[in-house]
Amino acid sequence: MIDVQHLRKDFGSTRAVDDVSFRVTRGEIIGLLGPNGSGKTTIMRVLTGFFAPTTGHARVAGFDAAEQALALRRMIGYLPENVVLYPDMRVGNFLTFCAQLRRMPVARRTGRLASTIRDCGLQEVTERLIGTLSKGYRQRVGLAQAMLHDPEVLILDEPTVGLDPRQIVEIRDLIRGLRGRTTVLLSTHILAEVSMTCDRVVIIDRGRVVAEDSADALSRRTQGSDQTLVRVDGPADAVHTALCNLPDVQEVIRTATTAGEDGYTFVIRTTAGESARKAVAAAVVGHGWGLLEVRPVAPSLEDLFLRLVPHEDTGTAH
Amino acid sequence: MTLLTLYRKELAAYFVSPLFYVVSAVFLCLSGYYFYTDLIFFVTFGFGVNILGNFWQLLLVDLRLVMLLSIPLLTMRAFAEEKKLGTIELLLTYPIRDSELLLAKFAACATVCTAMLAGTLCYPVYVHALQPFPWVPLLAGYLGLLLLALSFVACGVFVSSLTENQVIAAAVTIGMLLFFWIVSWNEAATSPALLRVLIRVSMFDHFESFSRGVIVASDAAFFVCFIAFFNFLTLRVLESRTWRGHR
Repeated sequence: MIDVQHLRKDFGSTRAVDDVSFRVTRGEIIGLLGPNGSGKTTIMRVLTGFFAPTTGHARVAGFDAAEQALALRRMIGYLPENVVLYPDMRVGNFLTFCAQLRRMPVARRTGRLASTIRDCGLQEVTERLIGTLSKGYRQRVGLAQAMLHDPEVLILDEPTVGLDPRQIVEIRDLIRGLRGRTTVLLSTHILAEVSMTCDRVVIIDRGRVVAEDSADALSRRTQGSDQTLVRVDGPADAVHTALCNLPDVQEVIRTATTAGEDGYTFVIRTTAGESARKAVAAAVVGHGWGLLEVRPVAPSLEDLFLRLVPHEDTGTAH
Repeated sequence: MTLLTLYRKELAAYFVSPLFYVVSAVFLCLSGYYFYTDLIFFVTFGFGVNILGNFWQLLLVDLRLVMLLSIPLLTMRAFAEEKKLGTIELLLTYPIRDSELLLAKFAACATVCTAMLAGTLCYPVYVHALQPFPWVPLLAGYLGLLLLALSFVACGVFVSSLTENQVIAAAVTIGMLLFFWIVSWNEAATSPALLRVLIRVSMFDHFESFSRGVIVASDAAFFVCFIAFFNFLTLRVLESRTWRGHR
């Protein structure tokens, strides 16, 4: 459904996207994961025909993004980054305007408007001016305009950024509900988001594809760098030594040096995951120290990148 | 169909914001003052004869200055506002041609400027009620004003497509239009050969025949070309986003 081949995009002397290739099959939900400024938005803008590629090809639903932009845009729904909408328009009027621009026949328009407004939870705000809506509602209006014509392909640029936790869950449910029916390409810089929503992940860093994998395989990879946080009420140095001596432990970092009521906090990097946490708990309790907290620390995007990107490459400036 | 949708949206945008009402009010106040003073001048010194040359031509020439200062304030938002809001990205990822968007914006802006200009038609109606005069030459003058207004719109929309700052768009448009006026102003500053060229590109020299109540085909063609040329430039600017990487 989406076919990107050796895509390169230069802005003057800056190379924003460099030799990116990936494919998305029909009905798949795919995540573009990467830090801010890694080229995700540029890739999406090329896919919508808003930018032309410098070299390479991008095809969506069989249409070339540069040559057949108009036909391509009929097939897609696009939610731009930061959800840009007209503040002076009312939600209902805005969505009608969008439907008219899409040349939707009146009969179909009425039905789709009603169902999209319901799906996106906008029933209560249809008469409100977009400018007076909260960020969460504006995001939903943006999503509604993208989904309105039931497109073959949905391109969503950071769909959950700036939303509160409950809204994030709602939006994710909405996107997951499209699985199998609509092809979805979404971008994010939050690692947890892709594993929750996407089937497959393309990881982008500084304009290049660093890795491409299924969401499950990705989470398996990150498990290798399992980190455990322990808070212990006991003699710091002795605890440190005891933790270092545990099997499978690679590194123990003491994060605070002064002991308070909170005890000492250590971050332990292990290769064992779950069983390591058992061993840690057993060791602390076995020494008679107070075990205040043991929990896994979710690997961050930075951790993942450090593992995926060759080390001599990290830290070099553009 | 799409064009009509875009046109309605553009037009609605003018009527929901106070800008159009304020600019029109200022325009009509200044035009009214010109009308009043020009009429007094005509009655006092025009000896009541040749109302076309001694009154209407003066008024039409005065009106173009008021237009020059007010129309850029109506065109400045055309693309600059959409670029500032970012909505241009939304529109241009819809199945819409760049030309449709431009045409809708140009037409909406032309409509409000025409409406504003139509407000001044109450002067000839009033004068005609007092003292009948030949209508047709004055209508030729109004056609000239309309072509001038559309030229201002084309130029203003073009400048608006270059920036996301509306104030800059208005300032640069006023500067450009003023330049097209004064370019042939000072004969002494240019060689006779150059002056002939400058008169050819000066919008206000082409307006002169209209203000006398005469429609000269070449002058009308000049305005049409001027409008087409600036719309062409705007289209190129819109297109440039695909390789420049700016909205």
